[in-house]
Amino acid sequence: MTILARLYALAALVTTPAWADPDPADWQGVLEQARGQTVYWNAWGGATATNAFIRWAGDRVEARNGVRVVHVKLSDTADAVSRVLAERAAGKHSGGAVDLIWINGANFAAMKEAGLLFGPWAEALPNWRLVDVAGKPALRSDFTVPTEGLEAPWAMAQVVFYHDTARLPDPPQSMPALLDWAKGNPGRFTYPQPPDFLGSTFLKQALYELVSDPSLLQGPIEAVDYAEVSAPLWAFLDELTPHLWRQGRAYPQSGPRQIQLMADGEIDLAISFSPGEASTAIANGQLPDTVRTFVLEGGTIGNASFVAIPYNATAKAGAMVLADFLLSPEAQARAQDPDVLGYGTVLAMDKLAQVDRARFAELDMGIATLSPEELGPALPEPHPSWMRQLEADWMARYGLGD
Amino acid sequence: MRPLRAAPAVTLALMLGPVAAGLAGTLAPALGILPALGGERPAIAPFEALFDWPGLERAVALSLGTGLTATAVSLMVVVLFVAGWQGSRTMRGLERVLAPLLSVPHAAAALGIVFLIAPSGWIARALSPWATGWENPPDLLIVQDPWGAAMVAGLVAKEVPFLMLMTLAALPQAGAPSRMEVARALGYGPVTGWMKVVFPAVYPQIRLPVYAVLAYSMSVVDVAIILGPNTPPPLAVQVVRWMADPDLSMRFIASAGAMLQLGLVLGAMALWHLCEHVLGQAGRRWAESGGRGHGEGVLRMLGLVTVLLAGGAVVAGLAGLATWSVAGFWRFPEPWPEGITLRYWATQAPALAGTLGRTVWIGTVATALALVLVLACLEAEYRFGSMRGARVSGGLWLLYLPLLVPQVAFLPGMQSLALVAGMTAGMGVVVIGHLVFVLPYVLLSMAAPWRAWDARHATVAATLGAGPWRIFWSVRLPMLIAPVLTATAVGFAVSVGQYLPSLLIGGGRVQTLTTEAVALASGGDRRVIGVTALMQTGLVMLGFALALALPRIVTRNRRGLRTA
Repeated sequence: MTILARLYALAALVTTPAWADPDPADWQGVLEQARGQTVYWNAWGGATATNAFIRWAGDRVEARNGVRVVHVKLSDTADAVSRVLAERAAGKHSGGAVDLIWINGANFAAMKEAGLLFGPWAEALPNWRLVDVAGKPALRSDFTVPTEGLEAPWAMAQVVFYHDTARLPDPPQSMPALLDWAKGNPGRFTYPQPPDFLGSTFLKQALYELVSDPSLLQGPIEAVDYAEVSAPLWAFLDELTPHLWRQGRAYPQSGPRQIQLMADGEIDLAISFSPGEASTAIANGQLPDTVRTFVLEGGTIGNASFVAIPYNATAKAGAMVLADFLLSPEAQARAQDPDVLGYGTVLAMDKLAQVDRARFAELDMGIATLSPEELGPALPEPHPSWMRQLEADWMARYGLGD
Repeated sequence: MRPLRAAPAVTLALMLGPVAAGLAGTLAPALGILPALGGERPAIAPFEALFDWPGLERAVALSLGTGLTATAVSLMVVVLFVAGWQGSRTMRGLERVLAPLLSVPHAAAALGIVFLIAPSGWIARALSPWATGWENPPDLLIVQDPWGAAMVAGLVAKEVPFLMLMTLAALPQAGAPSRMEVARALGYGPVTGWMKVVFPAVYPQIRLPVYAVLAYSMSVVDVAIILGPNTPPPLAVQVVRWMADPDLSMRFIASAGAMLQLGLVLGAMALWHLCEHVLGQAGRRWAESGGRGHGEGVLRMLGLVTVLLAGGAVVAGLAGLATWSVAGFWRFPEPWPEGITLRYWATQAPALAGTLGRTVWIGTVATALALVLVLACLEAEYRFGSMRGARVSGGLWLLYLPLLVPQVAFLPGMQSLALVAGMTAGMGVVVIGHLVFVLPYVLLSMAAPWRAWDARHATVAATLGAGPWRIFWSVRLPMLIAPVLTATAVGFAVSVGQYLPSLLIGGGRVQTLTTEAVALASGGDRRVIGVTALMQTGLVMLGFALALALPRIVTRNRRGLRTA
């Protein structure tokens, strides 16, 4: 070995502790490194139920693993993406402010493409073996983008609609029926304004039902005649918009805003991405107990929520420990409890121990929550390019006024 | 002596450095330079993309229209009221509620107003179904109307107290009482007389606050999101949306939009300046024409009614949020909730305790720094002013710059600067970020009384052998304790209300009551919004209450100051 090489080796030894990323394959090492770390979990902070769950998860991980969790409450997930981007622009390649991000879809695709993520690590987590990889393809394909271990799932979501049976006993079960009903009951339906993710999801859900061949949505839009494929959606929306709440001249700015609108009696029907949201809102006194949930006849879009670690995160080991805890049967069962969150689990029941299976079986799913059979199979999310283009077109058509 | 002499320069550097660097950091991506995203060389593509955006025309029109209207209406309301009621008991009563009104954060006030005027709001509930026949809320576009009328109303309700405070502070310096006596002796009515002889002396002193209101109203984000139209939104909101777009290449168009926003604000100020000139000419002819004016009573009532409407809307909105914070289920058209529960306070308050402490800490440190710097600047201006007064005063004018430049135009750049400088996101950096905004407001509310102080007191003290510092500590500061404490409370209130600086510079790691409130507002749960908005307002009101109570304690052995 030359002197130079020795010097290199020495330098590597000296600098390694400061720069070394934890190796997820050496879980014991991860746990040791994580102890005493503080994880800044950047997650949307607009819903009290999720905030309370995150607080609980933080308390548990601190008690079990000595990892402190701080919930950085975002009003938009992209704020965290901006932060990481600004740090890279400034050359701050370690010691970043963001340790873990609640993420999926377009934000994940953007961060993955820009090389802003640490990993792969997710599939090396001890609890990964419990994950229902076979039954839930969305867990490894986030809006058709392969996750490749760069993010770990923690909750399943599926589009449902909720309605107040006191005012609307028989809700429309398909998009054409929705249009007919809206014509007869103008001003009683709306959806969050795209590019709010739930509003964009409404567009995708409608497109699914109206398009001639839904399989086209699984590829990028460049591969198809976009104008032709999307034409039925725009025809549908052109007809629907004048019958929306406020004649489509204003929209709620987020999903939870619809809960307030329904409680105020301004709308009779709303879209949600959380099958348990209505039950949770009833339990919180935000909705009357006459509200119920349903899915459309042709099935509805489902996806998964993930957590990802930025490439320059400070507490990578702590973040992995937290992500692993989120996959534990304890955390998953709590998240599924409608009194807490009402999120679907990502675990496979047949992979769980008897005692853990019981945790899920004991749950009272709430009066407005559908059973997995009633929910039916989830439709896969379209390729992210669809969402981007639909949002841009929606903006140009309906987002700019008359 | 030397540190004091350097105070204005140091303060200027502390304020202007971040703003200038922030502007540069926003200008570069607007011109296509952002290496982290592959923007290596200058290009006009970001501006091309901006001008291709189909909503631009309306977004620009909204920014200009709502900003200019809100500023003009606020100023008119304040002028009408002060003209009609100067020196009256009504005025003194209103002065007392000014501070609490100022302390309501913009977002909280806007949310409260939404609950008042929405078709499912309190006013509609109070009238339904007995008067209106509404069993369900009517489908009326009142909030978020495409013309921005609701947004203008919300801005006016919040800017009237601010301009009122600034006007009242300027009145003594303008010699208003003696001028009015002359006008009344010549047979002018109160409103006409005030407009003709006092307003011309007052306006130059409140010009900067008026420009600050204009810049703020044109580029406000939180109020616009809550009350303003969204199809399309005003330009500043769209800029923030582009910044938040998952498609990172949108940062270029966002920066170009931020630069356009800056241009718009500068253009609007130029337009305002032109109007000042034209109206000033017209006003001179009007004053010289000798007309005694008609309809005095109507104008006075108009001033009173509009001021009461503005203040009442904020107070009633806050009362609505307070009711929501303890509401069980609350169905339309019930005017009151079905039950009262403290569970939201019980679940939210412990979680917010740490945030509360942090907010107080940041506000206290930022305000203390601002206070020291402002006092040093003013004292330096007073002591050395005769030697190079023009330079120092000219320099102080620049301190208002952070209020005149739209936040979206320099905060993102400022964030990058903090990162490049290797500063770790933390409370210290956030304090600096807050200081940039706290300092101008402290200066705004302290400069007039400080400069109006009768310097003969100093002469008397000096003949008795007191040095400059002794005069400062024993004579000037005790005499001016009330305005100093008011300025402190204003500074603290400004710090508590900061959203974008806390979020961007703190990297999201530094959470304040305001960042919490805005994050929770995105969820639209009025109960939780009520809890945070009340905590926010309560904290700031506490500051103002202390500012009112402390002078009484300080002056307990200085009887002569008590009425001052």
